[in-house]
Amino acid sequence: MDKKTLIDMAYLARLIVEEADVSNYCTQLSQILHFIEQMQPINTDHVEPLAHPLPTIYTSLIALRTDQITEFNQREQLQRCAPSIQDGFYVVPPVIE
Amino acid sequence: MHQFTLSELQQHLHARDFSCRSLFEHLLTRITQYNTSLNCFIHINSDHALQQAELADKAFHQGNVTALTGLPIAHKDIFCTQHMPTTCASKMLANFTAPYESTVTAKLLDQGMICVGKTNMDEFAMGSSNESSFFGPCKNPWDISRVPGGSSGGSAAAVAAQLTPAATGTDTGGSIRQPAAFCGITGLKPTYGRVSRWGMVAFASSLDQAGVMTRDVADAALLLQAIAGHDAKDATSAIHPVPNYSATLMQSLAGKRLGLPKPMFENLQIDLEPAISVFKQLGATVHSVDLPHLALSVPAYYVIAPAECSSNLSRFDGVRFGHRCKDPADLQDLYQRSRSEGFGAEVKRRILMGTYTLSTGYYDAYYKKAQQIRRLIQQDFIDAFKSVDFLLGPCTPTTAFKLGEKQLDPLTMYLSDIYTIAINLAGLPALALPCGFQQDLPIGLQLIGNFFDEALLLNAGHQLQQQTHWHKATPASFN
Amino acid sequence: MWEAVIGLEVHVQLATRSKIFSGSATNFGAQPNTQASLVDLGLPGVLPVLNADAVRMACMFGLAIKAEIAPTSIFARKNYFYPDSPKGYQISQYEQPIVGKGQLDITLDQSQKSIAITRAHLEEDAGKSIHDRLPHASAIDLNRAGMPLLEIVSEPVLSSSAEAVAYLKALHTLITYLGISDGNMAEGSMRCDANVSVRPRGQTQLGTRAEIKNINSFRFVEKAIDYEIARQIDLLEQGGRVQQETRLFDSHTQTTRIMRSKEHANDYRYFPDPDLLPVNIDPQWLQQLAEQLPELPAAKLERFQQAYELPSQDALQLCQHPALADYYEQIIQQAQHLKSNTPTKLCANWLLSEVLGQLNKNQQSIQDCPITPQQLAQLVVRIDDQTLSSKMAKQVFESLWIKPQDVDDLIEQLGLKQVTDNSILQKIINEIIQQNAEQVQQYQQSTEDKRKKLLGFFVGQIMKQSKGQANPQQVNELLIKALTN
Repeated sequence: MDKKTLIDMAYLARLIVEEADVSNYCTQLSQILHFIEQMQPINTDHVEPLAHPLPTIYTSLIALRTDQITEFNQREQLQRCAPSIQDGFYVVPPVIE
Repeated sequence: MHQFTLSELQQHLHARDFSCRSLFEHLLTRITQYNTSLNCFIHINSDHALQQAELADKAFHQGNVTALTGLPIAHKDIFCTQHMPTTCASKMLANFTAPYESTVTAKLLDQGMICVGKTNMDEFAMGSSNESSFFGPCKNPWDISRVPGGSSGGSAAAVAAQLTPAATGTDTGGSIRQPAAFCGITGLKPTYGRVSRWGMVAFASSLDQAGVMTRDVADAALLLQAIAGHDAKDATSAIHPVPNYSATLMQSLAGKRLGLPKPMFENLQIDLEPAISVFKQLGATVHSVDLPHLALSVPAYYVIAPAECSSNLSRFDGVRFGHRCKDPADLQDLYQRSRSEGFGAEVKRRILMGTYTLSTGYYDAYYKKAQQIRRLIQQDFIDAFKSVDFLLGPCTPTTAFKLGEKQLDPLTMYLSDIYTIAINLAGLPALALPCGFQQDLPIGLQLIGNFFDEALLLNAGHQLQQQTHWHKATPASFN
Repeated sequence: MWEAVIGLEVHVQLATRSKIFSGSATNFGAQPNTQASLVDLGLPGVLPVLNADAVRMACMFGLAIKAEIAPTSIFARKNYFYPDSPKGYQISQYEQPIVGKGQLDITLDQSQKSIAITRAHLEEDAGKSIHDRLPHASAIDLNRAGMPLLEIVSEPVLSSSAEAVAYLKALHTLITYLGISDGNMAEGSMRCDANVSVRPRGQTQLGTRAEIKNINSFRFVEKAIDYEIARQIDLLEQGGRVQQETRLFDSHTQTTRIMRSKEHANDYRYFPDPDLLPVNIDPQWLQQLAEQLPELPAAKLERFQQAYELPSQDALQLCQHPALADYYEQIIQQAQHLKSNTPTKLCANWLLSEVLGQLNKNQQSIQDCPITPQQLAQLVVRIDDQTLSSKMAKQVFESLWIKPQDVDDLIEQLGLKQVTDNSILQKIINEIIQQNAEQVQQYQQSTEDKRKKLLGFFVGQIMKQSKGQANPQQVNELLIKALTN
């Protein structure tokens, strides 16, 4: 992984990578990526990707939610852990559309 | 009192040999005393636990109790709890108290268990040594220059040091079993979907599973009984009957087919022979089985887990909860600084990895490929269970390593999960059991079962513990 | 020399009581963040659980546009940071949407066109960033976060703003028929993104498109598309190039402008949401749903034209909204009790002109109509049986609007019964003829066209004498007879 890619990824993930850490991150991530490359030679042409570990015989029964209101106003309680609120709103620096 | 298991405490409390209050006073004293050297608790629930203990004593007096009333437990600091902070061992959540209770902790609370505190862990459960905790590493009670394993290291150390008879843990790639093995205790990772994930801060959603860490298998059965079952709040929790786990502990193992996966025994430095011979004596037949794609589990895992983690951790943005940077200049600054200040190095590394493998142009080569490999690995297990009833293998390639030994080399650290990861990828249950010592450090094995076959694993583990004393050993400095 | 190519992405808010992945209410206009629960806020450790009714409604839509319903569909995460996206990702369907290819017929300038729909998928709505509420800060309200949306994507086959609006209206009618959305555009229940490009007529390759986001009225859709087509043609004719970009429609200036927050090309890193299992549709359940589907706009239109012998324009207007069509049918049902030979056309006229006129004046919808179908049926029947002249009927209607009551009682109270008894009418005519001998003479000596004028004079006198209650047609007949004798 090169520096540019690292910086692009950091931006997508909204992380700052300090200049001093760039080469360390690049080396480590490249090592991991290299390690992951082991998968590539394996033929997976007709293999269905597995997103959920439970076999379908156990998941076919999984229920959807009935359309009912079960949550009521808990704003005060839920905003107790908020770093910045005003008049019931969460507050962020100005957003430009 | 601290040497008792849950089942023993149950009897003593019911017999009123001692009060709950005295039990908790004793445990909390020990926790305060030893936490300075072990650092296994992030939060000690002193006052609240004593209040609850008094209430439990009243309940005993009135005869209004359940099986778990007044029994102590510690919770990994990844479970949301309303009356204690939930930090995930991260600066990001250092001041966070959840406005709701996780299903696991709520179920135990409802059944009368009393929480002694929240245990240390790797930050957001990402790590195998507990060294990535924002609150400093936790130490292994058998040798405090060594790691307790991770990510549920605090829970393992607390149970091993007899500061609590039991603790909850979570296992994404071995996070219950590896520290259980390093600390010489019993650890159960149930089938994916057996226990609700509601209220458990997510690391990698398709791999995370809550479980228990105890001193013996009977206690693990007791606790699994209390937390297992479908939860309408978790769409991935299975609708599948929960058997009575304690009822089948004493069943005979005669004729049970035990499989030894070949790739788990190649160049193995840990001696599992003594345990295997006990199973033979108990009447199990031993068979060699193949898991041809096992070696690919580490690379597949280190694509899938970081990918899911990169997305799961996006919600930590400094807006609704958690760390927020001072005086953000604009929105991007708010996001970037809050997240960069709040997350530690390993978490950032995994977020960056996951972001990369999911990004345009790489999705097929990495994420999709890893999910296909995951299918192959699961199929290997499904095939193996056609000819055997359960599997036995090591939990770890070595005994507990030294603090700092692998911290600078993530890849070597990742490889310490080589025997546990495949089980998470496949979604299967596994039970870690102490099986001896090497250079005075505990070693562990794991029994791996078919989907929802926890009862057989507990049965087999209990039978092993009836014949052996490995699980009864305790670290001398904490007696 | 240029032609426009337009594709629409329409977001329809489904009419569920609770949100798509949480048990929060979906009411409009609640106080900020009072309908944002743990799940909607994306607190650590929370999990989404899919609302069964959102699935049912999506399937109903799919059936109505004759699309294939995916036996298994998958929810994915669309990852991006924005304050109104609390989890840092939106749960949406990406590779396997619940509704596949379908079609919707539109009528424009009396010709029909079938519009191909690419797909429709379920997703959650985002919250709202409010920029003018706090000084030097944006205020975030997450009540809307997690509202259930069905995103309906058309093929780029629309060629004008008029076609786009016709398609949107047809879609609006369909979703209200299905009852899967209230379709309230002012409250954002139906929002539209338009992909607009232009190309030289005859060229098969599509031009570069611009996406105009979040247009929330039929009129704005028309304005935004027209502006955008003109802007692109201008640009191209001046030798410029259209940029692929996201734009916003400004309703004040009626122009589109580039959306700054979308300047960075994003990489959404879609992947299947591990918290949600694939949605499996049971074919038997789907079959039942198909059988229970309400009558659709096209079928109703045809039935109205045939069963009620209505001209297509009337039927079209009545069928635009199912509640209006229902109201009409209730009038007919009531009228049939009163009169076997029901005046269906007259019923339509009164509903469409008088009732709708009054409702529109008050900015109300048919559900708010104070007059019951039974009362309106009575009124129309009284016109039809000539108890009331149309002028009298309007008077009755106005009183009825203020104080709904039995129509016959009201006619009695107002003393408005039309006089149709020939002997009474003859008596009045005779009186008037006697009182106006001069005019009678003039009439008899006049030419045909002059006679008409005089006839008016006599009718006026007779109506005055009868306090407006004489049946004008009968008066005419009897009067002519009397004058020519």
